[in-house]
Amino acid sequence: MGMNMKTKLRNYHAVCWDEPIIYELDRNGERAIIVPEVDKKIIESVGDGISSIPKSMRRKNLPQLPALSQPQVLRHYLHLSQENLGVDLNIDIGQGTCTMKYSPKINEQFANSEKITEMHPYQDESTSQGLLEIMYKTEQLFKEISGLDRFSLHPGGGAHGIYTISSIIQAYHKSRGEEGKRNEIITTIFSHPADAAAPRVKGYKIIIIYPDENGCPDIEALKKVVSEHTAALLITNPEDTGIYNSKIAEFTKIVHNFGGLCGYDQANANGLLGITRAKEANFDLSFFNLHKTFSSPHGCGGPGSGIVGVTNKLAKFLPVPVVSYDKGNNKYFLDYNSSDSIGKVKDFYGVIPVILKAYAWTMSLGAEGLREVSNVAVLNNNYTMKKILELRGVSMAFPEHKHRIEQVRYSWEKLAKETGINTENIQRRIFDFGTHYWTSHEPWLIPDPFTIEPSESYSKDDIDEFIAILGQIVKEAYEDPKKLKNAPYKSSVHHIDHDVFDDPSKWAITWRAYKKKYNGYFQPK
Amino acid sequence: MYKIGLIVNPIAGMGGRVGLKGTDGREILQKAKSLGAISLSPKRTSAALEPLSVIQGKLKLMTCPGDMGENEMISCGFVSDIINGIKSKETTFADTQKAARIIRDRGVDLLLFAGGDGTARDIYIAIGTTLPVIGIPTGVKIHSAVFASSPSKAGELSLLYLQKKIHQLREAEVMDIDEQAFRNGIIKARLFGYLKIPYERRHIQGGKLGSSPSEEIIHKAIAEDIVESMDNDFFYIIGPGTTTRAIMQRLGLGYTLLGVDVVYKKEVIGLDLGESELLKLINRGKAKLIITPIGGQGYIFGRGNQPLSPQVIRKVKRDNIIIIATYNKIVSLKGAPLLVDTGDLSLDRELNGYMQIVTNYHERTAYRVKF
Repeated sequence: MGMNMKTKLRNYHAVCWDEPIIYELDRNGERAIIVPEVDKKIIESVGDGISSIPKSMRRKNLPQLPALSQPQVLRHYLHLSQENLGVDLNIDIGQGTCTMKYSPKINEQFANSEKITEMHPYQDESTSQGLLEIMYKTEQLFKEISGLDRFSLHPGGGAHGIYTISSIIQAYHKSRGEEGKRNEIITTIFSHPADAAAPRVKGYKIIIIYPDENGCPDIEALKKVVSEHTAALLITNPEDTGIYNSKIAEFTKIVHNFGGLCGYDQANANGLLGITRAKEANFDLSFFNLHKTFSSPHGCGGPGSGIVGVTNKLAKFLPVPVVSYDKGNNKYFLDYNSSDSIGKVKDFYGVIPVILKAYAWTMSLGAEGLREVSNVAVLNNNYTMKKILELRGVSMAFPEHKHRIEQVRYSWEKLAKETGINTENIQRRIFDFGTHYWTSHEPWLIPDPFTIEPSESYSKDDIDEFIAILGQIVKEAYEDPKKLKNAPYKSSVHHIDHDVFDDPSKWAITWRAYKKKYNGYFQPK
Repeated sequence: MYKIGLIVNPIAGMGGRVGLKGTDGREILQKAKSLGAISLSPKRTSAALEPLSVIQGKLKLMTCPGDMGENEMISCGFVSDIINGIKSKETTFADTQKAARIIRDRGVDLLLFAGGDGTARDIYIAIGTTLPVIGIPTGVKIHSAVFASSPSKAGELSLLYLQKKIHQLREAEVMDIDEQAFRNGIIKARLFGYLKIPYERRHIQGGKLGSSPSEEIIHKAIAEDIVESMDNDFFYIIGPGTTTRAIMQRLGLGYTLLGVDVVYKKEVIGLDLGESELLKLINRGKAKLIITPIGGQGYIFGRGNQPLSPQVIRKVKRDNIIIIATYNKIVSLKGAPLLVDTGDLSLDRELNGYMQIVTNYHERTAYRVKF
């Protein structure tokens, strides 16, 4: 960013192209590319490619795609990209629980290299030894980072990782003849919501534990709900409050005593690398978001990867194939040898570009480097916390915990009471300064919440600039609250009407639905 | 044009400042006045009207004469129709009820009313759920969920609703407490009924849920869970409330919103039953009790469900009590436990501890219960 100059605020203004939907840009007859006719000799030799498709499966009408020239297509997507506030554009520390840290561009170059992009998942193993070696060695790194015994690189994201964990838990209990009996998953209200949502897809009943007075999951509540019906505990630690549950080994012990398994949600392991491990807290399973902690753009910025690790007793349930190494023949191979596997959770073997980037990032840092990542992330967070708490009207959840790990959930409750300005007003105003922040997962147990995670990527100057923006907004809240209520003034979009999310009659997921429900530019019919 | 009605209870809140805990009753009002009480309603109502000034040119307003709305309109610079047949001074609850009916019958998009729980009761008695309303909190007692969390929030919510930026309506509880008991230090709130209010996740009372599904969807999900696990060997005693109502609706059965109903083998065998009738049924067989806490307060026994006496609860047994609630309700407790006040201290002690609340389909939340 490089602005700071001792926290001088930018005179920012977002780009606003008022860009229509690409279907609305249709210019009948225009083309980006005219594909040449297939040479007659080729058709004579291999057929036209269409006649081999059964008649009943052939399109009767041409697809109703918009027709545009190449520069129009290019302009359209550049317009959209300019209206985004991406990780490489702003101080992105307001995306607490999953701040996108800086992803070194050299790793993008690796992932975009023809050596990767021109590979095919069906090519012979003998021709993909290099990639298989990287996958194998990535697994070895994560075995060390977590203390667990085997990993599957298949899952394509965090929730997918939890889904895979839930499938393994189910397979484990089934193998012991307890599938029907063990039908409950315990999680906590400040764990990531997918810890409840993903196992529910597998048919589990979910039991949620609230925090005790000190902000840690209530261990007494756990003792009350754990039973012979408990399939597993799925838990995040530290939770979204940034508080580390120091009783975590007791939690796993309680659940193990009742025959349940324990799964560790390490989607965000940013403050724990080289410091704590799943193994030492007696977890049986865990997953990591490579696209978060291990440096790779995610969300709309790129594909995810939520790799899953397990202890030896659960290794046989992992999806197939895993990548194994034949020492005698010095050969890496796709290992399908598992009769108890839960089967496929995704096509092929994992999200290769993300795995490659995570491997490159981890190898570039080494063990000491990973530990330093966490140390700096925690230091940055506690510095940020101290500075934010100096602002008027702000507090943090469970203030008796004076030290936090990688993030903090704050509250504007006092500011809201004193000025009428709530966290959403601030969330909209902060766009006017060229950055953003996220509020909280639901439900909002902390009034008027916001969650900040500086990670290790951002400098002290970056953090100071972000806090100066918050400071300016607080000043406005007390001096000119009306200004805040009408914000943003300089953003691409003013205000999104969230109410429509509850109303299926207003949803337009497809162009066809949009045409049916709206006249022109989002004018309801 | 946006059509709004406004009714102000001019004496609401007067008792609070002079320590009288409400102004229900002429004697108390006189006492409040003699102690120097001044009306807070005008100022707070003006604060609620202020956000509407941005659509002033498109507003068609209707209100009562003098203290019951006209004065506030004038002070905010609004021009409004004044309805006939309402006194302009020394008004009573009967004026509130009459005004609500007149405004409803003359046709408005939304009725704003300023007052406390007593005023909400009057509005409920007069118009029930026939018209969307928003309460401007100006009274001493604000236990009802029909009030916005502040006067300006009431105005902002009205604006959003009128501009069709929010579309949903929900039924919110009208509670009132026994003022006499309240003056003696005992809070006993009772559920009187429901008013229909605009529902916006970001403006609901006592907290919010962000982008979670609407209450109606969660009610249906909870009902599905309950119905799926119903056991034909048990009587199901269904307590009052909109959350429990969804179970009866799911079963396609008649119900009483404020009463205690009983279902057996998925058929109604009693509506609005009293304690003795419940005890007779329970003596015939095993029973489960389905209840929902009162939003913002957390009482599961001792408020609004009086037929569920200590004898009934003991007979049902703790393990057969099923608590259901949306996360809205749990968030509205702000971390406070669920409460019991059965009138039987030893039973309250037995209920103390952790219980599971059905918060969604196949989802339970372990939550503390205290007495």
